[in-house]
Amino acid sequence: MILLQLGVDGLLLGAVYALFSSGLTLIWGMMNVVNFAHGDFVMVAMYVAFFAFTLLGVGPIVFVPLAAITLFGLGVLVYVALVRHVMRGPMLAQIISTFGLALFLRYAALWLFSANFVSLPDTLVGGVYDLGGLRLSASHLLAGATALVLTLGMHLLLTRTDLGSRMLAVSEDRTAAALVGIRPDPMQALAWGIGAASTGVAGALIALFFYVSPEVGNSFTLLAFVTVCLGGFGSVPGALLAGLAIGVIQSISAYFLGPATKDVAVYALFVLLLWVRPQGLLGRA
Amino acid sequence: MKNFPRVLLIAAAAALVAAPFLTGNPFYQRIAALTALAAISASAWNLIGGYGGQVSFGHSVYFGIGAYASLLAYTKLGVPPIAGAPLGVLASFALSVIVGLPSFRLRGHYFSMATIAIAALAEVLVTNWGFAGGAIGLMGPASPRSLADLLFRSALPYYALFVAVLASLLGFTYLMQRGRMGFYLRALGSGERAAESLGVPIRRYKLYALLVSGAFTSLAGSLYAVMVGFIDPGSGFGILVSVNMVVMSALGGAGTLFGPLVGAIILVPLEETTNALLGGGSSGAAYVVYGAIIMLIARFSPGGLAQWWPLLSGKGRRGAA
Repeated sequence: MILLQLGVDGLLLGAVYALFSSGLTLIWGMMNVVNFAHGDFVMVAMYVAFFAFTLLGVGPIVFVPLAAITLFGLGVLVYVALVRHVMRGPMLAQIISTFGLALFLRYAALWLFSANFVSLPDTLVGGVYDLGGLRLSASHLLAGATALVLTLGMHLLLTRTDLGSRMLAVSEDRTAAALVGIRPDPMQALAWGIGAASTGVAGALIALFFYVSPEVGNSFTLLAFVTVCLGGFGSVPGALLAGLAIGVIQSISAYFLGPATKDVAVYALFVLLLWVRPQGLLGRA
Repeated sequence: MKNFPRVLLIAAAAALVAAPFLTGNPFYQRIAALTALAAISASAWNLIGGYGGQVSFGHSVYFGIGAYASLLAYTKLGVPPIAGAPLGVLASFALSVIVGLPSFRLRGHYFSMATIAIAALAEVLVTNWGFAGGAIGLMGPASPRSLADLLFRSALPYYALFVAVLASLLGFTYLMQRGRMGFYLRALGSGERAAESLGVPIRRYKLYALLVSGAFTSLAGSLYAVMVGFIDPGSGFGILVSVNMVVMSALGGAGTLFGPLVGAIILVPLEETTNALLGGGSSGAAYVVYGAIIMLIARFSPGGLAQWWPLLSGKGRRGAA
């Protein structure tokens, strides 16, 4: 029973990981750029949710879309002002640019909001459902279900729509896409917008049951890396499966080995994976 | 007149090195010592990160190993902290081979991602390692038992020691830059596939660069612990320790001889003065500025300041990269 409980808890958390990781994998797959600030985008979204609740008194119906819109704007801004200019530059510039962004966001938050942990009240989405001994908290259920639906939605957007085909065309070959009349820049800006918006939703959902602090992003960045690596770089369905798996691994290792080791297990898994299969478990060589 | 700028440069450098001995102000002397120390680890990072183009965010692990080696030697064996430095260097060699070598299969972003995870892993492990003080960390000797404890009230002896280490590192870098290894590393840094197809034994030379880079970073960690007399997981293994090395190298010019030193000369006094003015380093303001600097460098001047001033690269005027 405890294993079932841990498994379900892990799956619900994993769906949220899958959502923000599919944003990272979208950006990576489209333009071979790693967003080292991805977890800090999650952090920004968590603060948007927190302040929307404390200052405006609005609930998740309002602050989840609000976080998505804010992060969409941030993503597009980052692409237009920074990434567009460095993505074909030297490798050093590519790597350090979003790393600098991560530092900037993290310490701006520390400076503005202080290092204190804050959190939304537990009762915002309260209640625990009991399904024959299996306990499901409403906030986890809401977060997990929303994240699952949106991740699948992103997959459908990329594979079943005209817009998705255009984005895929740009990711396959920028020049060829431009030759058939698809302008690469707006597509890539859109990829950054959508990728960041997915972290916006995920961050606002996580804030329902997780503390908010300026440095919370670091572990989310690493979680997104592991997920993307496990699922294959650039693959949204891969990120979904991997996110769910990592949620379960975390929840089980936290229970049996103590909470301090839940990150150790995941980071070690990541390093081993990179060493053994640098293209990702489900990725192509 | 052809050599005029070089003569001027040497005179300016000599004045800069001597300046802390001439000022009586302990605040400036301390800043000078910290600058030299930061320049050691940044220049060490530069070997693999700048010349070799392998952007490591995990060098904090080497720094932490060095720092913990000295204070573990003191707390567990009772020897002077500096006696732990060779142990730290040995451990850094082991780390380069065991962890560095497999990571070298990864290119570009993948390598950087792995180094972030390795550093995070090391920080968590040390935080949970009771023998090494856990989250609280380790303290050095409170008062000097002998000269070997290297405990001085003034920062000047530290400054002299750090400058000597820095000079030997820069001397090594200068010789390397002119030799086979320098060419191989720069070929690697400007395109790994191309270098490999030209027959550069890339993994071997990456490892050589990492061995030296890690050893000097570990030494910098030991020297830090000797001077400050305290280490905890955050100040040893935290990501910000790596950030300092990366930002200083990138600002001055990654892959140039004097770039990291110039970066340290600009950033350490800036950080120390703002901390003194704003009260404590906990406000995070310095790292907001560092993040902005990194983004601006990446966006506008990936070669750092050296891009604008070829003399910095140590190659003279014509050798501008």
